[in-house]
Amino acid sequence: MNLAAVFARAGVRVKASFRESSWVIGETVFPFLSMSAFVLVYRGLHAPKEYEGFVVLGGAMIAYWNNVIWGMASQFFWEREQGQLQLYLITPVSRMSILLGMALGGIAMTTTRAVAILVGGMLLFHVELPLSRALPAFGLFLLTLGAAYSLGMILSSLFLLWGREVWHTATILQEPVYLFSGFYFPVSAMGAVVAILGSILPVTLGLDGIRQIFYGKAAHGLLPLGWIPPIQIALTAIFLTIASVMLRYMENLGKHEGRLTMRGD
Amino acid sequence: MSAIQVRSLTRTFKARKRSGEVRALQGVDLIVERGECFGLLGPNGAGKSTLIKILTTLLLPTSGQALVTGYDVATEPFQVRRRINLVSGGDNSGYGVLTVRETLHLFSQFYGVPGPVARKRAEELMEVTGLAEKADQKLAALSTGMKQKLNFARGFMSDPEVIFLDEPTLGLDVEASRDVRGFVARWVRERPERTVLLTTHYMMEADELCGRVAIIDHGRILALDTPAALKRMLPEEPTFEFQVSATGEDLERLRGIVGLRSMSHHAHPATGAVELRIVVEEDDVIGEVLGRLKGLDRSVLHLTKTEPTLETVFMHHVGRGLSDEEAEERDGR
Repeated sequence: MNLAAVFARAGVRVKASFRESSWVIGETVFPFLSMSAFVLVYRGLHAPKEYEGFVVLGGAMIAYWNNVIWGMASQFFWEREQGQLQLYLITPVSRMSILLGMALGGIAMTTTRAVAILVGGMLLFHVELPLSRALPAFGLFLLTLGAAYSLGMILSSLFLLWGREVWHTATILQEPVYLFSGFYFPVSAMGAVVAILGSILPVTLGLDGIRQIFYGKAAHGLLPLGWIPPIQIALTAIFLTIASVMLRYMENLGKHEGRLTMRGD
Repeated sequence: MSAIQVRSLTRTFKARKRSGEVRALQGVDLIVERGECFGLLGPNGAGKSTLIKILTTLLLPTSGQALVTGYDVATEPFQVRRRINLVSGGDNSGYGVLTVRETLHLFSQFYGVPGPVARKRAEELMEVTGLAEKADQKLAALSTGMKQKLNFARGFMSDPEVIFLDEPTLGLDVEASRDVRGFVARWVRERPERTVLLTTHYMMEADELCGRVAIIDHGRILALDTPAALKRMLPEEPTFEFQVSATGEDLERLRGIVGLRSMSHHAHPATGAVELRIVVEEDDVIGEVLGRLKGLDRSVLHLTKTEPTLETVFMHHVGRGLSDEEAEERDGR
């Protein structure tokens, strides 16, 4: 039953991504323009060619982080605002399965944007990504997604509790994270302390590791590459445990206070 | 085993705008047997929705116990959820990008309904609710009435043992409401082991569908029996229905008349006339009512003496009619 719920909820996202033509433009063309701006800045500064690769990889990873924030963390909040959170809460499936469905559907949807940025970067700007190292990079990418979407599950409970502040919370988790996660530059440039604090977010370390896989020492890695996969696995386990506890706490609090089904709390 | 057993159930909320607390339910006791279509009638804020939220595991009781199909809603919520579903009038179901058929299938998957069974059930439900022609239309393109029908069909996709219908015909036109009532009546008839708990503002709906009815106000059940028995229980007080060319303000002046037990009124949207229903201790009181109206220079367009209805029963217990509330909501009072 939980597995069926995962696929059913994921299906909504996948269908949505193919049926909204405006979404294709909004999610692929516009982010590509932002990424292009940074590539041109580095080119104008005659920065090493690898920096253009950093930007393309960062642009692809941003798509997933935005999906964690807007498509997953805030989803239960929007469901409540639309008056249909209770339809999920009275079902016998686990809340984690619904969130997992959102995550998988979101990943499928976001991959379109990420691929557009990667392919567009390679074709238009001749950004070099050594494809011989694509397999280990893809492995680390999957571990990073696991940790990032597990964090999204925690945030979905918090967003529901914070209610109307959700817009501000999402914004706080968006623009500053672009900076502290080093989406457009090696995060080590921020200094060790800030960079390690930024590494609480799985996308920071994941991106750092993927850049190291592709560009070696030129990536100015923060941590040794060998450390990153176990850290991502540990973060996934920790975040999933916290998410499970948070979801139960959020639901119990809601049932005590009667807040789960009320709009605009 | 009963479908629903509620014992000494209370629920309080923190008051939002003032200190203290609001007692939404105050020691409710209720048993609904399997196979019943049970009606819960009450004005806004009476505690109906709170009770339904507790029974559907969305809220915890402050004290007391509620069992649904034998399982405790507080300690065994997942057992309860496997066996129930909820339709709230006016709620949304699903997403604008999905079609009607896809939406019904989506919600069936949260209950583990096997694919072929879900598809067959969706087709049947779309047929009986008049959605068949819209099966492949996206929700974004549906009218409000159609969305409401879809929400209704969604509730039955899991073929629940107990279904909670909270104002299911709210916002539906006359024909669609009739279809919905017909479907509920048939569903209960064809599945004698299934149970319906219905809350509604429409007395006629409760009268038509429900074997037993409870009247609830201020978190307490004031009366509970079959509609016929409730009507028989009324003291033999004459009830009169008027159509008058008067304002609600004029009619409020009638409240002081000695022998006038209760009164409700609302404006008739089509004619603009006011429909007034009064219960009096004796027929003679009606002379005083007519005299007052004449004194106010208001004409009586129509006057009939009526037999007791559920509305009369409701007015007897609550002190005013549900139609008063609807009129107040419409007037923005």
